[in-house]
Amino acid sequence: MGKTIAEKILSSHSGIDARAGDIVLADVDFVMGQDGTSPLAIKAFREMGGERVFDPAKVAMVIDHGAPSPNEGTANLHRLMRDFAREQGIILYDIGEGVCHQLIPERGHVLPGDLVIGADSHTCTYGGLGAFSTGVGSTDLAAALITGKTWLKVPESMRIVCKGRLPAGTYSKDLALHLVGRLTASGAAYVSCEFCGEAVELLGVDGRLTLCNMAVETGAKAGIIAPSGEVLAWVRGRSKKKFRPVFADEGASYVDEREHDVSRLAPQVARPHRVDQVCDASDLAGTEVHQAFIGTCTNGRLEDLRVAATILEGRKIHPSVRLVVAPASRQVLMDAMREGVLKILLEAGAAVVVPGCGPCVGTHAGVPAGGEVVISTANRNFKGRMGNSSAEIYLASPATVAASAITGKITDPRKFLG
Amino acid sequence: MVLRGRSHRFGDDINTDYIIAGKYKFKTLDMDELARHVMEDLDPGFHARLKPGDFIVAGKNFGCGSSREQAPLALIHAKVGAVIAASFARLFYRNAVNTGLPVVECDTGSILDGDELEVDLSRGTVRNLTRGTTVRASPLPPFMQRIFEDGGLAAHIRKHGGFHLGT
Repeated sequence: MGKTIAEKILSSHSGIDARAGDIVLADVDFVMGQDGTSPLAIKAFREMGGERVFDPAKVAMVIDHGAPSPNEGTANLHRLMRDFAREQGIILYDIGEGVCHQLIPERGHVLPGDLVIGADSHTCTYGGLGAFSTGVGSTDLAAALITGKTWLKVPESMRIVCKGRLPAGTYSKDLALHLVGRLTASGAAYVSCEFCGEAVELLGVDGRLTLCNMAVETGAKAGIIAPSGEVLAWVRGRSKKKFRPVFADEGASYVDEREHDVSRLAPQVARPHRVDQVCDASDLAGTEVHQAFIGTCTNGRLEDLRVAATILEGRKIHPSVRLVVAPASRQVLMDAMREGVLKILLEAGAAVVVPGCGPCVGTHAGVPAGGEVVISTANRNFKGRMGNSSAEIYLASPATVAASAITGKITDPRKFLG
Repeated sequence: MVLRGRSHRFGDDINTDYIIAGKYKFKTLDMDELARHVMEDLDPGFHARLKPGDFIVAGKNFGCGSSREQAPLALIHAKVGAVIAASFARLFYRNAVNTGLPVVECDTGSILDGDELEVDLSRGTVRNLTRGTTVRASPLPPFMQRIFEDGGLAAHIRKHGGFHLGT
């Protein structure tokens, strides 16, 4: 019987003919931690008696969640990471380099068919390149640092077929929000979501990363898209390593297979305080916003900044709105500068902050005031997420956030797109 | 191991940001400090009402959201005896076992806030002493049971010099 992408990748990395439900001990191709999870992993590494990491070239620690450090406590934890990185000779991405889930793909650390674990729930992002990647906690990361392995229960797979083409004014983020709304916060718990269908096949690299990034919001262990020719070329431009893309077999067994016709999808918004509480942006027309945020591991990429610039070009943000933009990496920031995208955003009134996670996780660089309303391109809108439990967070695409920044109210971006 | 305590009732989809907010967890490895802020954004008085050994009882998908291991660690340091839920999100479940927080998956529909409970981890039962009912829990997968019995994943790796799946 045929196998799913998850079954094939976990078989090749564990050396057994693995099927859904099997527990495997698998070799990892790359492991990653960020500044919210690495300090505990370093502590666990010592507790385990760890002396050397299994392969320094396959380990990265990224300082992105509180970068640059907003306070003394965070600064001390960053120093712990820098010291560990120096001691072990692992890769360290320090402040200003960007968000881990942009850097790992961008720097060629993850390839189609790879198995990657990261101490961050949005590690599932790399499924956009056809890898099996999933989040773990700090202690699991520490165990992998020492052994080069992790244990996983081979997940059942769900086949999510997105039929039709996304209409103008809707993007990968709208598709992701729509699917999270349909599946709910636990609807794909523990499974691997294989996204396919015309709307998915047509997505570029950035859009694929966005869609897989949000798989965890349905409880999924992984989200995976079979790599396109564009993805393979993109990866080859970043890594000299050989790789073998993995595709699902004919006759693979799926726990669920659903078709979604997305050819008439409208711009989507998730309402506070749940990611699966999704409606059309037009249903919320008139809702006043105080802060707009474009960035994060979901939507801080070049394609996202370009879309925002298309809408903001020659316009100014509303006088009662702050627009915060955090490019996903230094490279994204430089590309946006070279293309003139950055100039458009700045002239429109954006406050551009250091590439990193900051505002999304409430560490700094854009904590909202009590009772304020934020519209954000992030993946989570939980109460208190941005550092203030009495703020309300709406999630949307970069286009919808840019349009809302101009009007000061939640706005369907098609109004600004000819 | 038999645990006894009072129930603190929560609903479905309790995420790890609610268990311990990002604004605290990025600053420190002092889990006693984090313990003072558990569930704060959802219920600011929670930590003050919590007695050592009390249980968090929830609906489905407890611990959804981020990978932060500070979530189970802060609950351990807040002296929560166990989390009893209809189902758990995978990252939280794994992190709880790795750090030694007892997690019990069972039907929680009949447990109300304040009920006195007795949890038998080895037999896998939750007795509701207030209502005189008993429910059976789903057992931990054997490999996770071994990690838990070893005292968490760090102790497991130290003891065996690596993963010991025992197959």
